[in-house]
Amino acid sequence: MQIEMKNIYKAFGQNKVLEGVQFSLEAGEVHALMGENGAGKSTLMNILTGLHKHDQGTIEINGKETSFKDSKEAEEAGMAFIRQELNIWPEMTVLENLFIGREMVNAFGVLRNKQMKARANEIFKMLNISLPFDKEAGLCSVGEQQMIEIAKALMTDAEVIIMDEPTAALTDREIEKLFEVMKGLTKKGVSLVYISHRMEEIFAICDRITVMRDGKTVDTKRIKDTTFDEVVQKMVGRELEDRFPHREAHLGEVVLDVKGLTKKGLFEDIHFAVRKGEIVGVAGLMGAGRTEIMRALFGVDQIDSGEITVEGKKVSIRKPTDAVRYGLAFITENRKEEGLILDFSVRENIGLPNLKSFAPSGLVKTEDEKKFAEMMIKRLHVKTSSTETIIGNLSGGNQQKVVIAKWIGTSPKVLIMDEPTRGIDVGAKREIYELMNELTERGIAIIMVSSELPEIVGMSDRILVVHEGKIAGELKKQEVTQEKIMALATGGN
Amino acid sequence: MKLEATGKSGIWQKFGPLLALILLFIVITVLNPSFMEPNNILNLLRQTSINALIAFGMTFIILTGGIDLSVGSILALSSALMAGMMVSGLDPILAILVGVLLGTLMGVINGILVSKGKMAPFIVTLATMTIFRGLTLVYTDGKPITGIGDSELFQMLGRGYFLGLPVPAVVMIIAFFILWFLLHKTSFGRKTYAIGGNEKASRISGIKVDRVKVAIYGLAGTMAAIAGAILTSRLNSAQPTAGQSYEMDAIAAVVLGGTSLSGGKGRLFGTLVGVLIIGTLNNGMNLLGVSSFYQQVVKGAVILVAVLLDRKKS
Ligand SMILES: Nc1ncnc2c1ncn2[C@@H]1O[C@H](COP(=O)(O)OP(=O)(O)OP(=O)(O)O)[C@@H](O)[C@H]1O
Ligand SMILES: [Mg+2]
Repeated sequence: MQIEMKNIYKAFGQNKVLEGVQFSLEAGEVHALMGENGAGKSTLMNILTGLHKHDQGTIEINGKETSFKDSKEAEEAGMAFIRQELNIWPEMTVLENLFIGREMVNAFGVLRNKQMKARANEIFKMLNISLPFDKEAGLCSVGEQQMIEIAKALMTDAEVIIMDEPTAALTDREIEKLFEVMKGLTKKGVSLVYISHRMEEIFAICDRITVMRDGKTVDTKRIKDTTFDEVVQKMVGRELEDRFPHREAHLGEVVLDVKGLTKKGLFEDIHFAVRKGEIVGVAGLMGAGRTEIMRALFGVDQIDSGEITVEGKKVSIRKPTDAVRYGLAFITENRKEEGLILDFSVRENIGLPNLKSFAPSGLVKTEDEKKFAEMMIKRLHVKTSSTETIIGNLSGGNQQKVVIAKWIGTSPKVLIMDEPTRGIDVGAKREIYELMNELTERGIAIIMVSSELPEIVGMSDRILVVHEGKIAGELKKQEVTQEKIMALATGGN
Repeated sequence: MKLEATGKSGIWQKFGPLLALILLFIVITVLNPSFMEPNNILNLLRQTSINALIAFGMTFIILTGGIDLSVGSILALSSALMAGMMVSGLDPILAILVGVLLGTLMGVINGILVSKGKMAPFIVTLATMTIFRGLTLVYTDGKPITGIGDSELFQMLGRGYFLGLPVPAVVMIIAFFILWFLLHKTSFGRKTYAIGGNEKASRISGIKVDRVKVAIYGLAGTMAAIAGAILTSRLNSAQPTAGQSYEMDAIAAVVLGGTSLSGGKGRLFGTLVGVLIIGTLNNGMNLLGVSSFYQQVVKGAVILVAVLLDRKKS
């Protein structure tokens, strides 16, 4: 399939999102789409696949002008879209999710479970996934859910597959496998659109790249003819400094001390301590239990045994409100499900964990809240038309920034960040790293769970590596390398 | 600056029900001009006040994604308890106060069962609806409680006038302003919306979800009991079958007012309009001499149409 999008314009109300975008896709190529958060990448693909209607411009498919009425029509024409915001039915099983809306049935409309399982098995094997079919999808980790979405798209035998940040929640090994599958697909003539903020991936897998900035196409080039720096420069419109800001840690006394934390089947005998002003990175493979440890620490899930000490005092954390009371804050990995109230405005979302300070007497001081939200928006460069914009209408990366903004205001003692920069563009990532430095300067301790090794290595003062629910090792800043982390994470030493 | 979500559809959301109410007013007035007479309007306000008080409480519950089927029974039980206390010689004002507090307590029980017991609100309140009704029948022995004295203050509550307005209507208006303030200006209100919008995220944001829910069910119980006090005063007695199916009228009013049954979205003003629509339908159809059988059919149809319009706009 050959696609040509010319001069695409799109506005949501007063908010002009696309202003003359050119985009083309050849059969059998992997085409990268890059740009800062809110540049309009997802919107462009939503238009291509019929979810939104463009205001101006033309879309040609194989030389013929086409415009899909809705997503279903695009799907029937051979397009699959793995969306940035996962569409999982949490109460349904993995298998049911895979075939939602496309169930295989016999002549009487009865489900053909055997056939579906066989088909799913094929795809799972291809992607190297081992997930029980009857597991409730809501109980799967974000990475597993992402794999379900990828498998779903591959099952449609689509000619064009659009992947909107598919690897944000995957580990290196899974990404490698995915890339293999992608290469196989292009050999069969399938075209792929690949949206990502990870430069290394783009250069590893893509044939061409289109860079967008503020709703316009800046340039389209062959990957061979461009460089890392050129792409970044085109994306942000200026030269960018180093990826990681200089970090100098001033460690204080221990704020959080965890001993023997155990939850059967998930993790065992977890022990670590975090000092004031310290960033502790937590690395490990997907499913190693990192997120589960943090959730238990924050009281979202219950532990079977273990001891938590905050500032020298033994505490019992049985629910999140306890954790908040003892000065913990938790940026979850799943912003849609646990991080944000999607119907709330940016201001209201930022205000939520801070209601105590904006409503000391119970009366919400909207003006204060608004001022604070404005400050955070500026500080994190959140791209939003105002503090009153409904958060569900922001781009994925900008939603993530709001999740971070939300917690910083609470002045926690310990900030737990689970995949804090997932889906965030290079420029904004640096902003967040700088902010982390600033927070630790103020004496806040940070625990950062991340699957991005460069980030772990670049930002942590100390690194814990989790392997199969146990702490496999601890690395100091001076001695750490990505290879050492991987060795521990995979069970070597 | 406003985006799509708060654009055109937002205006309809805000003013659609109000428009429908105005239209209804006009149609009925054209068919029977006596509808617009001050006496009838005051009558209408008094008739709606009981449903309004219950529906206000219900709005909070529905905003959190819950439902309360037991409000009608709470009304009956607290009404019976108040009457009983008055018959036994307790000061009427004190009796009302204690009765209302008992209503709060019944709501709190609902709230605890829902939040701590982790049971579905529909099931919990279906059960307590039956239990509270049963207790009412036990307490009253299935007979009305009469002879509750002639305290002027108590008589005022259901039948008196204040500044030319029926006292029940005044209570309704005061309650509206207090609850509007609570819902739209305080952190309690913000938490109510947050829980309905995303309970998980609210929990992780440090909101004491259980506590807020208990308070909200308690509030609904309180409002039902206040409505019970008014009804007792109006009838000068407590009826064991009082308040039956009132929960349905309240839910209908909330939904008519544009509040989503899945929680997180809606406004108290909408509920006020919803209550007035239902009240106007009742009052108007009576004036027009529509048989009470047909009235039910019409009311049901109006609810369907309203919800359908609500679907269309989103
Ligand atoms: N339904 C909508 N209503 C209003 N505005 C919207 C809507 N969808 C997107 N926008 C706005 O369009 C702009 C572009 O969003 P888009 O999701 O396309 O960005 P993106 O390039 O995919 O960013 P990211 O890297 O963060 O995913 C943003 O400013 C966003 O707020
Ligand atoms: Mg996007």
